[in-house]
Amino acid sequence: MTLQPNDRVADVPESGIRKFFELAEERDDVISLGVGEPDFSTPWAARSAAIHSLEEGRTSYTSNRGMSDLRRLISDYSRRWGHDYDPDTEVLVTTGASEAVDLALRTFVSPGDTVAVHQPNYISYQPGIKFAGGEPLGVPTSAADDFALTPEALRAAGAEDADLLVLCYPNNPTGAVMDESDVRAVADFCVDNEVDVIADEIYAALTYDGDHTSIASMPGMRERTIVINGFSKAYAMTGLRLGYALGPAEAIDSMNRVHQYTMLSAPTTAQYAAIEALRSCEDAVTEMTAEYNRRRRFVLSRFEEMGLECFTSRGAFYAFPECGGDDEAFAEELLEAQGVAVVPGSVFGESGEGHLRVSYATGMRELKTAMNRLEEFYRSR
Amino acid sequence: MDTKRELLSLLSTDARESSEDIARQLGVDAERVEELLDELEADGTVRGYQAVVDWDNTDDQRVAAFVELNVELDRETGYEEIADRIARFSEVESLRLVSGDYDFAIEVTGDSMQDVSRFISNQIAPIPEITQTVTHFIMETYKEAGIDFGDRDGDDRLSVSP
Repeated sequence: MTLQPNDRVADVPESGIRKFFELAEERDDVISLGVGEPDFSTPWAARSAAIHSLEEGRTSYTSNRGMSDLRRLISDYSRRWGHDYDPDTEVLVTTGASEAVDLALRTFVSPGDTVAVHQPNYISYQPGIKFAGGEPLGVPTSAADDFALTPEALRAAGAEDADLLVLCYPNNPTGAVMDESDVRAVADFCVDNEVDVIADEIYAALTYDGDHTSIASMPGMRERTIVINGFSKAYAMTGLRLGYALGPAEAIDSMNRVHQYTMLSAPTTAQYAAIEALRSCEDAVTEMTAEYNRRRRFVLSRFEEMGLECFTSRGAFYAFPECGGDDEAFAEELLEAQGVAVVPGSVFGESGEGHLRVSYATGMRELKTAMNRLEEFYRSR
Repeated sequence: MDTKRELLSLLSTDARESSEDIARQLGVDAERVEELLDELEADGTVRGYQAVVDWDNTDDQRVAAFVELNVELDRETGYEEIADRIARFSEVESLRLVSGDYDFAIEVTGDSMQDVSRFISNQIAPIPEITQTVTHFIMETYKEAGIDFGDRDGDDRLSVSP
């Protein structure tokens, strides 16, 4: 047999989301609440800057770490979460936050290392850990804790012995956030047990009724945390593929060693867009965030009216209601009967079972129709 | 954003939503929304609710023009007095005092170009304080009230994604 995948790759199953994508694609009348990206277009000023850079012929590589103007702007932007990273040595611009996650895992995971990941969670972490030769350790979170990670949950899963923790709040798929006291407790756990953290904060700007707290801003955590963020969610720039990692100089240096031999540099056109995004698109972000927040309240209040149990999610653009029982069957039947696509919670890990990921990154009109259909389906069940 | 400010922002996007749907989005009850609407209407913050119509999609003949007006003020007559006289004409859709080369910018509509021209020459130009009018007929509308008339329906996202 030729071109056989190695064990690490063969060991990783295909994403459960794929099946729902295919089911939804079979029909053309589907209202999708299954989308994990903004429905807004990238603010025009950012798109326009990208176009201008193309017109000017700025299509060569940039420095490995990203354009220095962009790194400086990222460093300034990050101050809002109490960060202070040197643009020259502590910032690395990457091809989407996804590359930053992969780089961090490949840089800091040694073969056989245990990497704790709270569940339910974004689908890429576990495969990423395995590709890097690590052993994922799932740490279940639950609706009882509003899907926040707690030291109790970490201990119950045996994460004291973990080498690394991947932390993603505001969370995809739950929309959960962690308040300062929650973050502090997890930070203390990490310091006490010498667990390093990869903090994927891609949804940080989409935090409602309160501010995002970054674990890297907690005592003793800066030196053991890689903060990952990007432009995809806040600036609606998913397809432009631009993210970044922040961390202590030596750690960023190590990540850059992988980055410079694999990616060379993040897409140049996207870097021009990102510079303009940070310079002039703050208002657009504020408007998009306000719109998400209104949709969030709408969706949560509709769930309450139809009797669908749902904790108050306060981040990203997801709600995670409890459908009870077999979430996959629920989602399939809902799609079949009403043409509404959602993603079954179990796709995101066992502790997501009995839940649905409902994305409100879709227009109010569709959202209203979808909620009416969901209600009809739920009541008839 | 406080609730009132957010209500305004929501109405500016879509004023046809029911009070119940508005209430769900703002996290208050429908009675509170009605109360706020009453307040906003009473204090003159909300002046009306209108549809944004692309008249080119109808069979109606409708002609609109932007008109620049220059005026000469004297001791007895200020901008307010002149504006008041102009605003009374139902043909005048909007009236603004602007900075720059002229004083008032008005938008006038009528059934034909002749109709609009006649209105300007018979009703507006003769006002004693008005020294000059420049009429720009609108040839095409691309965007109005924040709504882009270009027909691009563009959700090209994958229907389900992680």
